[in-house]
Amino acid sequence: MTLDQSEVRVGLLGAIAVAALATLPLFSQGYYLSLGVNLMLYAALCTAWTLFSGPTHYISLATAAFFGLGTYTVGLWVDHVPFFVLVLGGGLVAAVLAGLVGAATLRLSGVYFVIFTLGLAELVRQLVSWTQTKVSTRMGLYVFTDFTEVHIYWMLLALTVAVFVTGWLIGRSKLGFAMKIIGNDETVARHVGIDTARAKIILFMISGAFIGIAGAISAPRYAYIEPPSAFNPMISFLVVIMALLGGTKRLWGPLVGVIPFTILFDQVSAQFPNHTPIVMGLAFLAIVYLLPDGVTGRLEQMRARMKRSEKTVGGEKVA
Amino acid sequence: MSAILSVDRAQKKFGGLVAVNDVSFDVREGELLGLIGPNGSGKTTMLNLISGALRPSAGEIRLKGERISGHAAHHIARQGVARTFQLVRILPSMTAEENVVAGAVFARNRLWGKDAHALAQTLLARVGLEGRADMPVAAMTYIDQKRIELARALASDPRVLLLDEWLAGLNPSELQIGIALIDDLRREGRTIIMVEHVMDAIRTLCDRCVVMNTGTKIAEGDVAEVLSDAEVVRAYLGDDDDA
Repeated sequence: MTLDQSEVRVGLLGAIAVAALATLPLFSQGYYLSLGVNLMLYAALCTAWTLFSGPTHYISLATAAFFGLGTYTVGLWVDHVPFFVLVLGGGLVAAVLAGLVGAATLRLSGVYFVIFTLGLAELVRQLVSWTQTKVSTRMGLYVFTDFTEVHIYWMLLALTVAVFVTGWLIGRSKLGFAMKIIGNDETVARHVGIDTARAKIILFMISGAFIGIAGAISAPRYAYIEPPSAFNPMISFLVVIMALLGGTKRLWGPLVGVIPFTILFDQVSAQFPNHTPIVMGLAFLAIVYLLPDGVTGRLEQMRARMKRSEKTVGGEKVA
Repeated sequence: MSAILSVDRAQKKFGGLVAVNDVSFDVREGELLGLIGPNGSGKTTMLNLISGALRPSAGEIRLKGERISGHAAHHIARQGVARTFQLVRILPSMTAEENVVAGAVFARNRLWGKDAHALAQTLLARVGLEGRADMPVAAMTYIDQKRIELARALASDPRVLLLDEWLAGLNPSELQIGIALIDDLRREGRTIIMVEHVMDAIRTLCDRCVVMNTGTKIAEGDVAEVLSDAEVVRAYLGDDDDA
């Protein structure tokens, strides 16, 4: 594998940033650590979501389903199986579900996919609730581990790094190139020999697996998990909002949305706990009317415009 | 010469409308076959059946004796059928070179990395776009976009190349360049099926042609003979009574 200079530079900067972030627990064990966990969680979720939804433009609302499956995988077997095996298992279960959903729906057009994924998350939640009431007498599961907030923070940081590295590897692979072509023109993609359905399903599975792993890592944080919290549809919506706010054209785009939005959302839910839907609604409006390509998309537009005006000012009109 | 592509009683219905009705013809290896006919006669639908954009309602299409009809477009592309589109379809967010590489990676050629890029450079030069590999294709003129599309189709080293009105919309001088380019491909021994309205091009380039009218094949054979065929003239110009 060969790396060019800018890739080495980005890699080094990334490594320094990750090392710096890893030291956060040394400075704070309370509020800021808790905020850090939330930030890391949504950084991982939104970037994983964008791996699939960025190039395909399919809006998936199934995040809660994958997340909840990961959480439940840990909840069900945490007393019998090593935690790290369960984390991988959570990813695997989510990937299998993503594969099934993908095979059934990715031939449909965008709108049907959105509705289906929203319904799916609800269906899985109801199925889990129903099974629990039939099999056991209580609604939830206890997750007792020795992990503290610090461990969860580090694990989520590692997961975020893994998502980024995977995204970068996909970008230089044939799969990434195929997705770029599909994003441009799906008819052309099919006629140059790309099995478009298969490519989308593979990507959806990768994305779903990471979301499942995030859910598994988060399980010890809840201590007591039950369907409404593990399969909370709010997770799906927040992920969509943050990712779109940041922009999905670049791998790091979602981060630009995650950081301000998580902090804002945290403040609002602490001070006006009943008004969080207003924040979400306003964010949706802002995305639709002001930032259709997200903050990063807008910045790139501005940069392109500046370049163009520089050219015209320079006397060489490029028409 | 043996047939590389056989269309055997192909039929395509859209609801009650029969767009292609029991059409059969063979394409020989290394031949340039013209597929002509008045507007709405089913030529593009015929190409779509061959490339797999549409599945035939009945009949069979074979490439080197193997059935390709009924398979998905990506499968047919991998077997060695490449095409251009009636309304030019480029990949707007990518550079000229990437557009051409797209044709080399997944279909019959299966090149990747350096080899794919080297081939793309060669093909860009071939279609007359040397030194413009890094240019964004969205900023290119219509004929240059058509050149990109042709280079992309060639990048898969196709067994059969389908050109859907590739010469349409070009001005007279561009047309001469376009004809020379296709002629060059023919000399190289490519098998080509060309849907075209430009009669000059048909006369200069085609070895044989198939004429369609309202979904059926009405003539096939040597270009000069076919174009003077009474039924073909009627299809294009109408009956004497109408005039």
